[in-house]
Amino acid sequence: MIWELELIIYIFLALSAVVALEVKDLLVAVVMMTIFSFLMALLFVAMGAIDVGFTEAVIGAGVTGILFVVVVFQTSRKSND
Amino acid sequence: MRRQFQSPIVLLGARLLSPYIMVFGWYVIIHGHYSPGGGFQGGALLAASVLLIRVAGGRRVARLQIQEFATTPLAVIGVVIYFATGLVAMAMGGYFLDYSALPIPGMEPEWLRYTGILIIEVGIGLAVMAILVMIYDNMVRGEDYA
Repeated sequence: MIWELELIIYIFLALSAVVALEVKDLLVAVVMMTIFSFLMALLFVAMGAIDVGFTEAVIGAGVTGILFVVVVFQTSRKSND
Repeated sequence: MRRQFQSPIVLLGARLLSPYIMVFGWYVIIHGHYSPGGGFQGGALLAASVLLIRVAGGRRVARLQIQEFATTPLAVIGVVIYFATGLVAMAMGGYFLDYSALPIPGMEPEWLRYTGILIIEVGIGLAVMAILVMIYDNMVRGEDYA
């Protein structure tokens, strides 16, 4: 794969991870984790593991995001710390 | 869920997107033996299409698609398909999940293996879809449901 594109994906990966750890609004953290999973799937596909990338895109970016949104709406939305 | 309000635009988008995700899920399941993907990924895609309608429309719309009491029998049917295929192959003289021993007449052994993997993957996909939808339903219903 083109290494410039891979470098951009790595930068966005680190950014989304830091934002998901530091943000107060938990819904934003869930969306950031979904973005993290999707970029991770892109990197898996770029490294040749198409099956792993497919599973990561379906589970990490699809079903887990929905389940986390359900958890956020069942509890309070803002974090306390 | 608490703080729920109806949004027709979100519901329209989910209704537009959901059938295509479901068709892609069946494509992944059926082409699972010679391309990336398989029963688990296809079942997760089917579950994603069902959960999209459930998140966007709420319980009243979700009752029209797959009802809440139907998820457990679907999962059981999937597991039974998996183990019945393996045990039938075992009963016909092969090993467990030995697809070439399946009693389907008039088929070459390699086509028999393709068909056996297809049957197994349909079972796995059904089980994964039903279990993921069941997890969502139990989480939405909250702690008063035990």
